[in-house]
Amino acid sequence: MARRYDSRTTIFSPEGRLYQVEYAMEAISHAGTCLGILSNEGIVLAAEKTVTSKLLEQINHEKVYRITDSMAVAVAGITSDANTLVNYSRNEAQKFLFTYNEHIPCEQLVQKLCDLKQGYTQYGGLRPYGVSFLYAGHDEHHGFQLYQSDPSGNYSGWKATCIGQNSSNAQGILKQDYKEGGMSLKEAKALAVKVLAKTMESTSLTSEKRRNFTFDFFTNYYFFEKVEFATLSLVGEKVVFHSYTVSEIDSLLKEENAQALQAEAQNST
Amino acid sequence: MEILFGFVGKDYALTASDNTAARSIVVQKRGEDKSRILSKHTLLSYNGEAGDTCQFSDYIAANIKLYEIKNGVALSTAACTKFTRRELANSLRSRNAYQVNLLISGSDPKTGVPSLFWLDHLASANKVNYTAHGYASYFILSTMDLYWHENLTLEEGLGLVKKCLKELKIRFIGNLPDFFIKVVDKNGIREIKL
Repeated sequence: MARRYDSRTTIFSPEGRLYQVEYAMEAISHAGTCLGILSNEGIVLAAEKTVTSKLLEQINHEKVYRITDSMAVAVAGITSDANTLVNYSRNEAQKFLFTYNEHIPCEQLVQKLCDLKQGYTQYGGLRPYGVSFLYAGHDEHHGFQLYQSDPSGNYSGWKATCIGQNSSNAQGILKQDYKEGGMSLKEAKALAVKVLAKTMESTSLTSEKRRNFTFDFFTNYYFFEKVEFATLSLVGEKVVFHSYTVSEIDSLLKEENAQALQAEAQNST
Repeated sequence: MEILFGFVGKDYALTASDNTAARSIVVQKRGEDKSRILSKHTLLSYNGEAGDTCQFSDYIAANIKLYEIKNGVALSTAACTKFTRRELANSLRSRNAYQVNLLISGSDPKTGVPSLFWLDHLASANKVNYTAHGYASYFILSTMDLYWHENLTLEEGLGLVKKCLKELKIRFIGNLPDFFIKVVDKNGIREIKL
């Protein structure tokens, strides 16, 4: 039935829906999870890389891209589409810098990119970009900011959010554990690790197993090779972007794992 | 023969501009305000070729206003200057370039730190502490050189304006009677009568 209305991207179905756009969003819900957490001291971006084959060489930076000195994005969706859009936004950011000699305010860059995405839901014959973004940024107007955008060109600001596979699960945990009124960057990192541990590939585990295994599972099965981790924080006046190396991720996971196990032990006594 | 000068004080930026619209040897109007408000905390003052000045400053003011409406935040004084300079530089490479000299004065709405930028018709831009355009600069740059210091209070600043105007009255052939003196500080833009 839907065939009549989804062959073109820009035609409304009788129920008032744009199927191609919805399919694009569906594609994203199968992509590796990306999550972002806003804290008082900075932003954490964490992403899960979906490993398609064990023979595949691991690329170190696949999901988190730097856009400007004070902005980074995490992507979920079709990587080639994401590359194009990342390129576009880097270009727009530099254009702004060229015109005004100042860094582009975060929301403006998000808006620029979303305007482009929106165009493909309206002008005929082309498919929309199959990418959702998490944007972490800092500017002098609103400090640290976290945004999310989807293929329809909608965007919204968040304290903590998640896109990709299992995102509703992850969002539930974030909602539960996010400390209203501000967290430290360290707490945000811990929460990111916890959410990843509970959502990554855990669909195959029963709930009983999940309860016991999450953290051990996480460290023992070399998950550190499958996640990407980055922070945006302030050192003095300067915004610093830090993309974690594999060994840094490994030690972060081990540390959080130990603390989680300790907390669990305390709870049971 | 037009006169435009300005300086930054302790917590304000001040510009003074004559209010005479003249063509050749004829005075067409007194009381012409040769400035445009770019935003609550940024003022553009101009002189130069009569039609060009209005056209160019209206164009700049409209575009900066559009930016503010579109994005919900105003451009900083430095960003306004950079934008204006680029527009002027682009125009310079055309058959009919705008013949305008500009001063952009402003104050940071958050910190109150004042700033003043000098732009000439060849689209060079400089951040300055005190400056003047045209013939006036031959007479009053030395005055400001002598009396300007970074902690100039508004009262001292107005004293300096008086000194400059006196100097012009004595030495400058284009003896212009009246001036607009505008101050930009944390509270916005206002005119001051001497």
